[in-house]
Amino acid sequence: MNKKVLVIEDSSTMRSLIVTTVEDLKGFETVEVKNGIEALKMLPTQKFDLIITDINMPNINGLEVVSFVKGHPQYQMIPMIIVSTEQGKKEIQKGLSLGASDYLTKPFHPENLKKVIQKVMSE
Amino acid sequence: MSVKKQDNLLKDFMVEAEEIIETVDQNLYLLDSEKDNGGEPSPNAIHSLFRAVHTLKGSAGMVGLMPVSTLSHRMEDLLDRLRLGKLNWNIAVFDLLTEATNGLRTLLKMMNSPDQKRLDITPTVTRIEKMLTGEALQDESPLSGSGVDPEILKTFTEYESHRLTENIKKTFHIYEIRAQFKMDSFDVDLARTLEQIKAFGEVIASLPVTGLSLNEGIMFKIIVASKEDLAQKEIKWAGENIQMVEVKTAGFLNSTGAEKSVSPRTHEENFDSIKSVTQTVRVDISKLDTLMNIVGELVLSKSVIHQMARTLIEQYGVTSIGVDFQKTLESMGKKIGDLQENLIQVRMTPVGQIFDRLLRMVKKISREINKPVNIHISGEETALDKSMIEAIADPLMHLIRNAIDHGLEVKEERSKAGKSEAGNIHLRACQKGNQVLIEVEDDGQGIELQAVYQKAIEKKLADPKRDYSPKELIDFIFLPGFSTSKKVSDLSGRGVGLDVVAKNIARLSGMVDVSTDPGRGTKFSITLPITLIIIRALIVKIGMETYALPLNSVSESLIADAGDIQSIDQREVIQLRDHTLSLLRLEELFQMKLPPSRKGSLYVIVIGSAEKRIGLIVDDIQGQQEIVIKSLGNILGTMAGIAGACELGNKKTILVLDVAMLIEAALKKNR
Repeated sequence: MNKKVLVIEDSSTMRSLIVTTVEDLKGFETVEVKNGIEALKMLPTQKFDLIITDINMPNINGLEVVSFVKGHPQYQMIPMIIVSTEQGKKEIQKGLSLGASDYLTKPFHPENLKKVIQKVMSE
Repeated sequence: MSVKKQDNLLKDFMVEAEEIIETVDQNLYLLDSEKDNGGEPSPNAIHSLFRAVHTLKGSAGMVGLMPVSTLSHRMEDLLDRLRLGKLNWNIAVFDLLTEATNGLRTLLKMMNSPDQKRLDITPTVTRIEKMLTGEALQDESPLSGSGVDPEILKTFTEYESHRLTENIKKTFHIYEIRAQFKMDSFDVDLARTLEQIKAFGEVIASLPVTGLSLNEGIMFKIIVASKEDLAQKEIKWAGENIQMVEVKTAGFLNSTGAEKSVSPRTHEENFDSIKSVTQTVRVDISKLDTLMNIVGELVLSKSVIHQMARTLIEQYGVTSIGVDFQKTLESMGKKIGDLQENLIQVRMTPVGQIFDRLLRMVKKISREINKPVNIHISGEETALDKSMIEAIADPLMHLIRNAIDHGLEVKEERSKAGKSEAGNIHLRACQKGNQVLIEVEDDGQGIELQAVYQKAIEKKLADPKRDYSPKELIDFIFLPGFSTSKKVSDLSGRGVGLDVVAKNIARLSGMVDVSTDPGRGTKFSITLPITLIIIRALIVKIGMETYALPLNSVSESLIADAGDIQSIDQREVIQLRDHTLSLLRLEELFQMKLPPSRKGSLYVIVIGSAEKRIGLIVDDIQGQQEIVIKSLGNILGTMAGIAGACELGNKKTILVLDVAMLIEAALKKNR
């Protein structure tokens, strides 16, 4: 069975890049959503093995998504990776203290994303 | 990354960049008009600007457009300071942002015409850097003593913290709203509530909270700042479970509302060119649904007018005005037809979109289980309704997995059988009238019908005393939990799959057929309607009632004499070529009264949903017509076997039958 990755990112370019990178890895498939609301709707529909989320998104930001997932008995086991920019250092810290497993700063090289995913999935 | 993918990524980027520049322009315009009115710059507009260039910076960096990335990065720094209150808003800032936006627009235009002279962005970048270094930084005070729920504070972005501080500084009221919504509609409910809140205040954050059991739905804690004392207002909330409490922030900060300098505008607009550089418009599919509905109504009106024209000719004979009327009507009818056709075209996307994904999956699986596979794709340009494309992706994935796992033999066996070592899977799509046919074919071992038969008897699904035709045997593989695989692999063989595939296809009003040739391979053929919005229907009469049957669920119709109908185990069947077809009488299902005199010969309409087929007995076929299905609302909506209602040209409303449900009911009865 492939591992399912939920990708939450409001920029379509960034989203398709993350999806292409993840699907290049052996044994992974992705489900993509554009914002936190869509992510909340998607979560109960299938079993995810990993969540990759952006932070700055309208209405429900990435930190709020992390807080929700990590506080939910059904989802809290799912590892999460935050993707944010250099300026978002403080926010990344918050994300990690809310329970995200790892982070990546934009712009990133696809290989680095693969490395972070493999590291997180092997823990 | 392949050249083609790189190209597609660039295309995606150009469309996105175009939208971003549009957003930047709108917000700059908004800030500009606020400035002219001597008002304060709207934090929302500045924040939208920040988010827009932030996204552009990221995307441009990813596709390797360094100048665009650099310039938007600098703009982002400037806007970041502005939104966090670390830089004061004034005319110089506005002018610089306008200059930078024009720079971005020029850079993007150069992408499409490489022969244009290069744009040097250095002067703009330098000006922005000067402005940034000229400003002293001030640190935000921590909010931990503000009285706001610490759980929410933990998820504040830097900007949200700043907005809260600003509002407290202005001694505005801060509220925490707790709103609980049903799980199936929370997105719509939340959007409605936020819309309501925005009418009297600023939404700072909305945190989804767990701890509710799933059937209780989902709760959001929303932090709102408002100038007004909302306790005095009788707010009529759009939902039932919404409470609001004021957060006591008094004394947390000493109000120091910083004065912002705003000077009147004195600069000349200097737009390079504001022509769009791509030819694409993104439209929400629901807007197209609405248009489609309107066209549907037009089609109906057209048939009503047709009916009137006929009546006029019958009553007054052929007159010259009557002939003109007829002609005009025909040309109008043709135009409406074109309109409908074109609208359907707008919704169409090439099925190749998902073929790419499937191709990646095949490569992966082939590596994982060490079975070499060649996949041959054809007809990827075949177009389907956007909503159908997404819905068909999973079923196709299942079928291809099945083909690789069960269909294709291992290398050694293939060599023995004189086949190439690598298995072949053909994925084809083509359009047939207003339907699309998608085929998944492998050149593997085929389905062993004997094994299926044994398994079906083992599982008490088949009757050992009965003979089954090949088609009837193949249909067993679509039953839940049915798998003849000797081993459970990671891919399939868990007995999950084909029943889900059948369900998904039935949901799309599609049909699936299987043909298999032992030792040579198996072919799954899926037939789907191109769109589910306007459908062609067969109008039939049963007893005194008229019904519409969606034509894409009809595979053929036969004329039968009462003598052709046999009875096996108290069920009526008819012999159709090499197999027996179960029959369904709607009058029994709906418990209708029939007129006493039914004539000797009847029509049998063979209807199908996914892999199942039954014959529906009707008294008369009145022809085909395009219909728009209208829902019956909640009361009648759940009536078994009824999909909705539609109007016929003669203003008569008739019921539309739900084929999937009818077949379900008929098969239940037979068990």
